[in-house]
Amino acid sequence: MSTEPPSPTSAPIEQVSSVVIRFAGDSGDGVQLTGNQFTKTSALVGNDISTLPDFPAEIRAPAGTLFGVSGFQLQFGATEIRTPGDTPDVLVAFNPAALKVNIDRLRKGGLVIVNTAAFSTRNLQKAGYESNPLEDDTLSAWQLVKVDITKMTREALKDAPIKTKDKDRAKNLFALGMVYFLYDRPLDHTVNWLEGKFSKKPDIAAANVKALKTGYYYAETAEVFRSTYSVPEAPIKAGTYRNVTGNLATAMGLVAAAQVADINLFLGSYPITPASDLLHALANMRAHGVRTLQAEDEIAAVCSAIGASYAGNLGVCSTSGPGLALKGEAMGLALMVELPMVVVDVQRGGPSTGLPTKTEQSDLLIALYGRNGESPLPVIAARSPADCFDAAYEAVRITIKYRTPVLLLTDGYLANGSEPWRIPDPASLPGIDPNFLTEPEGFQPYARDPETLARPWVKPGTPHMEHRVGGLEKDDLTGNVSYDPVNHHKMCGLRRDKVLRIQNDMPPLEVVGEQSGDLLLIGWGGTHGAITTAVESARAAGKSVSSVHLRHLHPLHPDLGDLIRRFDKVLVPELNFGQLLKVLRAEYLVDAHGLHKMAGQPFTVTELEQAIEATLYGEA
Amino acid sequence: MSEEAVQLTRKDLTSDQEVRWCPGCGDYAILKGVQNALAGLGIPREQMVVVSGIGCAARFPYYMETYGFHSIHGRSPAVATGVKMANPDLHVWLVGGDGDMMSIGGNHLIHILRRNLDVTILLFNNRIYGLTKGQFSPTSGLGVLTKSSPMGSIDPAFDPIGLALGAGGTFVARTVDLWGKHLEATVAAAHAHKGTALIEILQNCIIFNDGTFDPAVGKKARDENSIELVHGEPLVFGTDRNKGIRLNGTRLEVVELGDGVSEDDLMRHDAHDDSAIVPHLMATMQYPDFPVPTGIFRQVDRPTYEQSMEEQVHMAQLRSEGKKPDLGALFNQGDTWVVS
Repeated sequence: MSTEPPSPTSAPIEQVSSVVIRFAGDSGDGVQLTGNQFTKTSALVGNDISTLPDFPAEIRAPAGTLFGVSGFQLQFGATEIRTPGDTPDVLVAFNPAALKVNIDRLRKGGLVIVNTAAFSTRNLQKAGYESNPLEDDTLSAWQLVKVDITKMTREALKDAPIKTKDKDRAKNLFALGMVYFLYDRPLDHTVNWLEGKFSKKPDIAAANVKALKTGYYYAETAEVFRSTYSVPEAPIKAGTYRNVTGNLATAMGLVAAAQVADINLFLGSYPITPASDLLHALANMRAHGVRTLQAEDEIAAVCSAIGASYAGNLGVCSTSGPGLALKGEAMGLALMVELPMVVVDVQRGGPSTGLPTKTEQSDLLIALYGRNGESPLPVIAARSPADCFDAAYEAVRITIKYRTPVLLLTDGYLANGSEPWRIPDPASLPGIDPNFLTEPEGFQPYARDPETLARPWVKPGTPHMEHRVGGLEKDDLTGNVSYDPVNHHKMCGLRRDKVLRIQNDMPPLEVVGEQSGDLLLIGWGGTHGAITTAVESARAAGKSVSSVHLRHLHPLHPDLGDLIRRFDKVLVPELNFGQLLKVLRAEYLVDAHGLHKMAGQPFTVTELEQAIEATLYGEA
Repeated sequence: MSEEAVQLTRKDLTSDQEVRWCPGCGDYAILKGVQNALAGLGIPREQMVVVSGIGCAARFPYYMETYGFHSIHGRSPAVATGVKMANPDLHVWLVGGDGDMMSIGGNHLIHILRRNLDVTILLFNNRIYGLTKGQFSPTSGLGVLTKSSPMGSIDPAFDPIGLALGAGGTFVARTVDLWGKHLEATVAAAHAHKGTALIEILQNCIIFNDGTFDPAVGKKARDENSIELVHGEPLVFGTDRNKGIRLNGTRLEVVELGDGVSEDDLMRHDAHDDSAIVPHLMATMQYPDFPVPTGIFRQVDRPTYEQSMEEQVHMAQLRSEGKKPDLGALFNQGDTWVVS
């Protein structure tokens, strides 16, 4: 690029379209911070980005152990980036355990940067290395960059008036400085961030800034790297952007929708990984009228949300798989009393406690069916971290319009992952009207809107409209308790049909590729980036492959059946053993095939590309 | 609120639903007493919300011409917490039995008491599971013969008053289903209290546990075998007001007045002390070793949960003149960048 300023280094600059970096170390090494800083800086220089933090369940696992390794992977590029990447180009390993856990994922020929000071006999033993991999041919397939980061950081900070412990903690910034140099990134964002974060501890701020700059200049002057790289700006739609995690985007989507509807948001929540950040985010939004209850348990959380909705708030609860299992009875109550409520399930590996910090899509069937009785409710799913905003907004729109609890599925990968979010103009958000009924004349608690079949929402406090609701079967119209067999059949049908009416309220299906062909991939949730990338790559190779990604899991889109019938084969990739697959086979009598992965990790694009090949030409 | 005091009658609070409790059930008397008490509070009925869980008692909301929510087993404290936090102006009552409140809902009960939400809990204690037809409950006690304890229950009993005090209850009282005026006065006092008020109502189940409380609080036994707690007053009881409760070391004992024992030697009730030691001592009195205490065990002032929450919202909105800030401010927090 001719517009680039000349680099002071003699190492050649290569232009690349996308790069995957993985930082890894002990939980206490500042890996997440390092990754986040690289992410923000790259966003600010105009790259598209996707990130995946990957941390252990333990808060501070014993140092140096394999199970204590914390990772942060990001992909940034000059093109549209939809996933954090399959195979890192660069691995920054702060200790032997981090090297051991991650080295096999590194692209052959990729760069591995290690802190040699951490490769002590003790740490090598903990990582299960019999000999030092930096001194034998273990790493011969990669470009090894050995740097005594600890020593150089201490040396750089020898005059800094802070404790040795604090000096050593700055080593991640030294490493970050090196990587900034490698990819031609400016330092100012991180410098500003450090100065803001440690504004009350200027010595710490100065030391960290110095470590960052020393790492940068060291890489430059010592010509550590054979070449450096530039990654041009991505063609991104004009607008103002910020980086969001899925959980933050979900919180903002919920608050935005409540504020547009001019009602207060109430969150009942019990802390649970990986949903807790939703509670944290919403607890910090009191100014927007948000009341949060950190409930005594999962059941109290959902019941308080139902109570809040009954009283005229938007009741919301946030949880993950084990919590969703506990909420089943109360969700049935909410659909029986036909009040709005959004239940956010940030899915994680199951069953039981399962893999709390790992991702999975295995709550679909419990979301669809996990309640006693005939208890249908709308289920929608977010597809990317930024999309969590739109999905949450849509969940609120539906729950208020149709007076039914809505289940919003995200997952750990989306919740903790991040990507740039194009900030919407608040005035452009679709209107939401809670349409509280205040007119007593002719009031019947279970009379229905002819279009949506929604019943009236009447806030306690409204004169002359006192009425009772509850979990016992309701008499049509009056809402009185009824054991009448004909009425029960009718009411079950009305509750089913009300949810099905949402089919009239969906935008057209978005299909990647042609509307007919050899193979259709059907996905939902956090697999969107990998599926789309794989499908576009197959299409670029001339294959007749399309994909559709479902926002609505119940009810399904009214055009989905017709779309499926226009393809010879259907492949349903899911991070479970085929839950959507079962639904689609039952719903459309289609001989669809599944691609299943139960590893606590997202699909790689390569896995999907291989599955596309196998389905098109293989045994399938 | 600038509402005028509203005078209602019991009829105004009676819904058109047919009451379906067993004939002779203590719940009828409680319903009547609660309706009378609520009618006299001077608040409009649209501001009244009755929340219940599951059980015989939990049918209560259907019979009240107020807003009502018959929720699920044990969860009425959680539902009521959402109602009250969403709209602190509402007046909220919870109704449940000993199984609903103390067994399946025990966790929610202690936490609503701990938080001190401004609601009133009417705990109907009949020491039995009625709706499921006669199993022992968490208040039944050792040795009780029921369908599910044919050789006698091996489950020790919970004491609702002691549990409520232990959970930090700021208003804890006991009354009896058939004590009309006493029940009404207790319900009114509970409503006047700012914070969570728990009233244990000793209630007769005519089918599965008939007469369980009669020896202590029945018409003939009441004066002799129960004792009304009055703040600041000595603990005197008996038909002839000739007996009292004295503190001996750390234990209570029943003494006869006269013969060198005067009212000055008796324990005095202290419902307002910051510490709950005296109320706890009162709660330990069990028939037949002691008279059954009734009335208000404890009443202390603490900030209510929903008001503390409203204060936080108020503080958060100081910079935006008490309103929600524009959504743009929320969206644009943190590092942003412009792509043109």
